[in-house]
Amino acid sequence: MIWVVFAVLTGLAAIGVLWPLSRARGAPLDGDTAFYRSELTGIDTDLQRGLVSESDAKAMRAEAARRLMRTEGAREESGATSGTTWRRRIAALASIVMIGGVSLGLYARIGNPDVPDLPLEARRQAPPETPDLMMAISRIEAHLAKNPDDGRGYEVIAPVYLRLGRYDDAAKAWANVVRLLGASPVRETSLGEALVFAANGHVTPEALAAFQRALALAPQFQQARFYIGLAAAQAGDKTRARDIWTKLVAEAPVDAEWAGVVRERIRELGLPEAEASTDARPSSEAGQAIAALPDADRDTAIRGMVANLAARLAQDGRDANGWAMLIRAYMVLKQPDDARAALAQARKALADDNEARARVEAMASELGLGG
Amino acid sequence: MIVETGHYALVLALALALVQATLPLWGSRKNDPALMAMAPSAAIIQFILVAIAFGALTWAYLTSDFSLANVVQNSHSQKPLIYKLSGVWGNHEGSMLLWVLILAFFGALVAVGGRRTPQNLLATTLAVQGWISGAFLLFILLTSNPFARMLPPPAEGNDLNPILQDPGLAIHPPLLYLGYVGFSITFSFAAAALINGRIDAQWARYVRPWTLIAWIFLTLGIAMGSYWAYYTLGWGGFWFWDPVENASLMPWLAGTALLHSATVMEKRDALKIWTIFLAILAFSLSLLGTFLVRSGVLTSVHAFATDPQRGVFILAILVFFIGGSLALFALRGPLLKAGGIFAPVSREGALVLNNLLLTTSCATVFVGTLYPLALEALTGDKISVGPPFFNYTFVPLFVPIFLAMPLGQVLAWKRGDLLGAAQRLVVALIVAICGGLILAAMQGEPVISAVFAGLSLFVIVGAFVEIWGRISGGGLSPSVMFARATGLPWSAWGTAIAHAGVGVSLLGLAATGWGVEKILAMRPGDHVAVGPYEVTLDKVEPRPGPNYDETVAHMTIRSGGNAISTIEPSRKFYRARQMTTTDAGLRTFSLGQIYAVVTEQNSNGEIDVRLYWKPYVALIWIGAIIMALGGAISLADRRLRVGVARRARQAAMQPAE
Repeated sequence: MIWVVFAVLTGLAAIGVLWPLSRARGAPLDGDTAFYRSELTGIDTDLQRGLVSESDAKAMRAEAARRLMRTEGAREESGATSGTTWRRRIAALASIVMIGGVSLGLYARIGNPDVPDLPLEARRQAPPETPDLMMAISRIEAHLAKNPDDGRGYEVIAPVYLRLGRYDDAAKAWANVVRLLGASPVRETSLGEALVFAANGHVTPEALAAFQRALALAPQFQQARFYIGLAAAQAGDKTRARDIWTKLVAEAPVDAEWAGVVRERIRELGLPEAEASTDARPSSEAGQAIAALPDADRDTAIRGMVANLAARLAQDGRDANGWAMLIRAYMVLKQPDDARAALAQARKALADDNEARARVEAMASELGLGG
Repeated sequence: MIVETGHYALVLALALALVQATLPLWGSRKNDPALMAMAPSAAIIQFILVAIAFGALTWAYLTSDFSLANVVQNSHSQKPLIYKLSGVWGNHEGSMLLWVLILAFFGALVAVGGRRTPQNLLATTLAVQGWISGAFLLFILLTSNPFARMLPPPAEGNDLNPILQDPGLAIHPPLLYLGYVGFSITFSFAAAALINGRIDAQWARYVRPWTLIAWIFLTLGIAMGSYWAYYTLGWGGFWFWDPVENASLMPWLAGTALLHSATVMEKRDALKIWTIFLAILAFSLSLLGTFLVRSGVLTSVHAFATDPQRGVFILAILVFFIGGSLALFALRGPLLKAGGIFAPVSREGALVLNNLLLTTSCATVFVGTLYPLALEALTGDKISVGPPFFNYTFVPLFVPIFLAMPLGQVLAWKRGDLLGAAQRLVVALIVAICGGLILAAMQGEPVISAVFAGLSLFVIVGAFVEIWGRISGGGLSPSVMFARATGLPWSAWGTAIAHAGVGVSLLGLAATGWGVEKILAMRPGDHVAVGPYEVTLDKVEPRPGPNYDETVAHMTIRSGGNAISTIEPSRKFYRARQMTTTDAGLRTFSLGQIYAVVTEQNSNGEIDVRLYWKPYVALIWIGAIIMALGGAISLADRRLRVGVARRARQAAMQPAE
């Protein structure tokens, strides 16, 4: 529909511009003589008003006449009008190209033909099934302004604020949720998270307090522990941050997206990686012992452990976590070929366990080994 | 769909501007009437398209369509209707769209009204106009697009800058833009004359109405801006020599000079090169003003957004048009035939003096405005060239202008009689001296105010001496005098009235010296004498507004013990923007004004009040309106309407007069 309007506008504009081209034109009007006559009248008026003397007026009339002759002469020099068909055709073509090309080309780049008008009144009256997030927010806000003790309302709107980047509002909303509906690990952590976002990623003391309250309620709550680790990292205690996060990763289900993020954070710390302690085998004590070794020795030690793991899995391959760990270890040791080989073995070994195989596949694709 | 149609119409207008800028120019070079005839059509269609775009944006404001970023940033659903409307141009993007709308409007006017202008000149002029509007449309679409969408649309907007929530916004920018942009027409005419190589007295005739229109609107726009600043900024001042104000004053000075030199060109075929130069200068200064205000070089209420990209773009436009026109001028100027010769003591001579003084004062303002900016850019030093600089440079330049104005009006063309002219002005001189003395006796110190008041009376009376000489003369009956008065050319009346308006404004300015200022803390019930009046603070109370909270002070004005009026100075706190503005309390008594401003109430119940009595202050703006009226009367002159308009054929049918 809108393209029809555009087409009509463009067409009318083009026709309007091309119209004069199609008409034969007479000679240009002669303004010079008329001007000369009005000049003479002007001199007479000035003479009556005493603005020029009689003799000057005579001289001025002569001047005006000379000017008229000069312009007439100039016009004759410039020659008769010339209009050739080919020039008009080129002009017509050029204007069509300019009108069509410029308007469509530029509008295609900067326009939003698919976006309808969205006047406020229509949005207010829109049926509820058409989603207008912003209007919904404003409705909830209006409701909360009238019922400031509706904790449920705050709990609904708080995550929306966070998604929209209105972190301060999100923090206020979560604080109200906690005040009205009582604390829970999720609520306290969300409050802390909003505060962190509002502070450009910095874990403020206020936010830290919220995470600590969350952990007091549920000591194993992972999201809060991540932020406690972040606070430690920001405070300069990198080792503590790494320990907290490494433990988190170890607990993570293989398909947890956040585990990748945390691993990235651990890498950013720039510390030697502590061996992830999963339920698969190497105890955290063993890991710590290895971490304490000098570089060359530690490498040897790790390679030894990997070899052990590979040998164990070659005997009994029905351990998805084991395979995942082996593949990851090869990648860490920068032996991608071995990692790929291990992946192939894992696929074979887990052929009759779809769920376990999917977990390994997910982890492999996360490491860039997919396919 | 309306919004996007407006958006598309704006893009299409750019395409039309390109057509208008190129093909008619080609036609004019080749003397092809068909190609030249494309120019008026393109100009009219371009105006319609920009008007559609402007209408679409206005509609979006009126319906609070918050899917437009521009509406979100500058509107609010609770805003009063008039500010939804004026808010369209109360921001960078919208004001640029208004700029282009007026530009296209003038282009269309030239196209419609220029049927009698030689086709060559018309086509080239409109082509140059096409270049200008093309450049600004490109600027809008690429850097300041008012149709940029915001998705998802917020439920509420950020409201308009509270200082701009004033009826002044509805009037001031359109008037000023009509003035600024009006000079684009004279510029285009000048560039066209240079391109075509034909510059003669006739050219001055074609350009005169456009210069007059631009000058009238610029005069009104500046006066309106000054009055707005006077009652909202709350300092009791009306002109601050602020760079933004100077940016509008410079084109006005150049335009005034152009108006006068074009008269000489039209009447005497002289000053041609100079007039063309002034036509280029007036618009160049308008562009400079736009650059200064829009680029963020200056931080003020006018700089809606500071964005380096926009500044560079406008600078490029500025360089292209000013540099291009001056290059054209340098190329073609020497080829022009010099015009008539005249004696120094003559009407032409007086107009040359006027031009010299006006351009010098324009240069003074230019230096005073740009020197601090250049210095800051080069060395980082911030200096302030304030009112003292302008008082010591600008005022001495204007005193000779005021003295010479009546003299020039009574001088004859070609050869004047200075002594005779002086004799005719004796009446004006006597009125000036007597009036000055009477005012000095009435108002007292300072002497300088009385001197300037006398000078202003000289200008006012002197403005009518020439006309009086024409219509009076030895015992004529009133009916004969009336017949003679109506028989005079309208332009003679226009000149006299406009010059008198200058005198009236000057009288208002002179009288500022007699003003009274009181700054004090008042409690409800206190009263204080200000000039001839007594002001009582009755009470201070809060008053809620639609999108602001107001603190109002109710005051009663008494004269000789009788209450004659009340004023309500207030402070408004705008909730959405968390900003406070002051509203002065104003009451006019016989051309003077009582002006009151309040600040916040102290804890002890006192409120700081600034009270002024400003005698004759209203004359400053009344004078400007009279000036504009004079311009309008001159515009209505017969010779502008029919002189050239009469076709040769018709002329042949009426051989004798």
